[in-house]
Amino acid sequence: MLQEWVILLVSLSYLGTLFAIAYYADWRSDRGRSVISNPYIYTLSIAVYCTAWTFYGSVGRAAETGIGFLPIYLGPTLMAALWWFLLRKMIRIAKVYRITSIADFLASRYGKSSLIGGLVTIIAVVGIMPYISLQLKAVSTSYTVMLHYPDLARIQEHKTTLWNDNAFSVAMVMAAFSILFGTRHIDATERHEGMVAAIAFESVIKLLAFSAAGIFITFIMFDGPLDLFDWVTRYPETSRLMQLEVLPGGYINWFTLIFLSMMAIMFLPRQFQVLVVENVNEEHVRKAAWLFPLYLLAINIFVLPIAFAGMLLFPEGHVPPDIFVLALPLTEGKNILALFIYLGGLSAATGMVIVATIALSTMVCNDLVMPVLLRLLTIQHVDLSRLLLFIRRCSIVFVLLLGYLYYRLIGESYTLVSMGLVSFAAAAQFSPAILFGVFWKDASRRAAICGLTAGFLVWFYTLLLPSFARSGWLTVSFLEYGPFGIELLRPYQLFGLDMFDPITHAVFWSMLINIGCLVTISLLDRQSTMDRIQASLFIDVYRHSGDTHLWKGKAMITELKGLVARFIGPRQTDRAFSSYASSHNVDFSKEIQADAELVEFAERLLSGAIGAASARVMVSSVVDGEEISPEGVMKIIDETSQVLEYSHQLEEKSIELEAATRELQEANKRLKELDRLKDEFVSTVSHELRTPLTSVRAFSEILHDNPDMIEPERKKYLDIMVKETERLTRLINEVLDLAKIESGRADWHMENIDLTEVLREAVEATSQLFREKSVAIIEMTPTFPIMVFADRDRIIQVVINLLSNAAKFSPPEKGTVIVRLYFKKREIRVEVADNGLGIHPDEQQKIFEKFKQITDLRNGKPKGTGLGLAICRRIIEYHNGKIWVESISGQGSKFIFSLPV
Amino acid sequence: MSPVRRKIQRLLVLFAFGCLALNYPLLALFSIRSLWFGIPALYLYLFVFWLIFIVFIAVVTEMKKLPRTSFPLLLNRKSK
Repeated sequence: MLQEWVILLVSLSYLGTLFAIAYYADWRSDRGRSVISNPYIYTLSIAVYCTAWTFYGSVGRAAETGIGFLPIYLGPTLMAALWWFLLRKMIRIAKVYRITSIADFLASRYGKSSLIGGLVTIIAVVGIMPYISLQLKAVSTSYTVMLHYPDLARIQEHKTTLWNDNAFSVAMVMAAFSILFGTRHIDATERHEGMVAAIAFESVIKLLAFSAAGIFITFIMFDGPLDLFDWVTRYPETSRLMQLEVLPGGYINWFTLIFLSMMAIMFLPRQFQVLVVENVNEEHVRKAAWLFPLYLLAINIFVLPIAFAGMLLFPEGHVPPDIFVLALPLTEGKNILALFIYLGGLSAATGMVIVATIALSTMVCNDLVMPVLLRLLTIQHVDLSRLLLFIRRCSIVFVLLLGYLYYRLIGESYTLVSMGLVSFAAAAQFSPAILFGVFWKDASRRAAICGLTAGFLVWFYTLLLPSFARSGWLTVSFLEYGPFGIELLRPYQLFGLDMFDPITHAVFWSMLINIGCLVTISLLDRQSTMDRIQASLFIDVYRHSGDTHLWKGKAMITELKGLVARFIGPRQTDRAFSSYASSHNVDFSKEIQADAELVEFAERLLSGAIGAASARVMVSSVVDGEEISPEGVMKIIDETSQVLEYSHQLEEKSIELEAATRELQEANKRLKELDRLKDEFVSTVSHELRTPLTSVRAFSEILHDNPDMIEPERKKYLDIMVKETERLTRLINEVLDLAKIESGRADWHMENIDLTEVLREAVEATSQLFREKSVAIIEMTPTFPIMVFADRDRIIQVVINLLSNAAKFSPPEKGTVIVRLYFKKREIRVEVADNGLGIHPDEQQKIFEKFKQITDLRNGKPKGTGLGLAICRRIIEYHNGKIWVESISGQGSKFIFSLPV
Repeated sequence: MSPVRRKIQRLLVLFAFGCLALNYPLLALFSIRSLWFGIPALYLYLFVFWLIFIVFIAVVTEMKKLPRTSFPLLLNRKSK
């Protein structure tokens, strides 16, 4: 057994070492050579998550529920997967807006509202109370165990007087220690390098100590883990721990614990402090995201073996499982090892207490006391930095006393883990406001207030109050029958929900109402301008990064400087302002008025010391004019939406533009083609007109020059001239006709006409032609009328044209032309077939184009104007019909046109 | 897809897989009273999965160095 003075001396010298490390780190950082600026120290500082709960409580929990201790470490591992974007964003926000605590973060996000800051602080202080008392209990118990083991009666005995109770001494020593660590001076950045270094050191010690215990118990007391597990399977009490069914609440409880620990790793005030506020470089998150889970894995590997060993060696159950880690080496008489393990437990507890109290004291000071002080009193021209330090020191003592009080009232009746879980459930209340706040712009201030308050009240009613009842400070009937006998309000079965264990039950109701209020009220609420600005600044932090200036009014530099100096001290203020002057190329001796940027800078300096909400109030007291410039507001609020809108519009515009360009190109192509066609047409027409004109002119010149020409000769020439002029007239008529149809100016007399009659008329009109050439014409038309809706004269024109063509190209004497009218494919077809030479397939399409004639092989001279078929095609197309030719060379051709019924 | 978005999506999928693997009903498959390689099945499964999950986080987060988005520091060193 160790002497009391040995344990005391070792404990105090250990704390002294910690302080030396912290002092050294501070000294180094003042010289600009930070020892903590690397991802490994950052990871170790996050490991402040592993407290006395992990060190002593996990084994206790494992002895009761087997693997049930593990979700507390699996949750953070899962969360670490999201750190790379979630935590980095939070760090960026905190850096840019100088956020110093979780209360400050939420207050800033929701319109710099001091109400939210105060609310979060109260929740944090009340919520962390059980957690701190857990540490006190663990340290005081382990101290007693070291002192009196194996006299277990002395360990269990109830402490009656305050001075007899070493938990009180522990609390006071820790308070002194935290004060020394965290509140030596007010710091503009509110970062504590010394503290972080000490925490990192403690993380190493606790991992080493716990691993030492695990290796000793597993490999020296037993023959390795396989031997230990072999023993485990032989006894029902231990072998049942291999299954999850022993976990009270089963898989639902398992899930709840994973969820709670996921929230706790991010939103417990002390975790927020080390993860976000104390972070030196956001790139450190990359390594910490996998190194920290690895640390958790390492510190948990031996938990189950130690628990099993304890159960096998103390089967009577007289040794509480929470002290197995110490009791096992002590039973073996390994006092030095036990002392080292005790130190590990002490590091775990002190680490947590130091960070938690410093974080809480900052919150109490900045978000609870300062806003009240600044509003109630008119503290003018006093150096407030001393007052700030005093408030913080008091709040550290206050927080620890509160923890001690809870321990005195409740501690004896709870295990370590169940005390810690109550705190976890409280920290989870911050998660909706933060997570929604960082990603959802519409989360409003009022909604956050309602959500936080409601969640906190439900937590208070379903977890904290019952703990008082279970310890006998309230009547037990409160738990069993509800307040005033109202069964519906039983705190463990609220509204009759009785299927969950108490933790799951409380988490379910509190999160339901918390998220429900936050989301619903946000959707109904209208945000104030300040609210909206802060929401935008937080959510688009990567875009703004603090370059937007909200202050419109002007302030005197001296006044501004004086204000800052009152809170963070004149020397620090001088330094900060001169570093600002050199980096911004401003000479303060020449300037009198501070610009918006400097005002903003001062506000951020102040918010480092007194929180965002108070800093805004203070700065607005020295700034004349409006505190928020409309341009600044517009810039922040509209930028995001406008940029999005612009880029969207731009995209649409460019798509439209592309389409328009394509259309224009096509139109241009068509126009060019038309232009070409027109030129071609004009040149062809002139050519066609010139031919008859030339011959008329030639013959008239002959007649003119030879007045003595004999009569028959003269008559022959005149006949040619008449024919040529007729041709000229016809050509001009047809050109006009075609132009009229093409330009759409032709008059159409649409009516119901009998197609058979039209055919008959056309055949009659052309019969003279056929007779002249002795070509037979055969009509094959129905005897009943076929009615179509068409222009009668135009259709006759088409048929006559086809018939006269047929007459022209049919061989004289032997020629036969057949005209048919029939139905095919739901349309009416008119077919004019001859038995002439036929048309070469290459020319079958061309003949419907203007001036494309088939050269007559026999006399080389075209017989028509070359416009007839072109006109026919236009007419038929106008009637929604088609016209084409079917022909085999040497066997005649069939001209067919169809009209819709 | 930008490298940042790709990385975020990978991490989210990893997170979802982790949540599934560490909860009911997959967990129930290992809740048996037997030893695998001399180690309780549930214990072995959880620790092995845990280790693999950590390796995956490391692979995804460390995979590609993205350009660091810089922000102006007001005070890069604490002053006293």
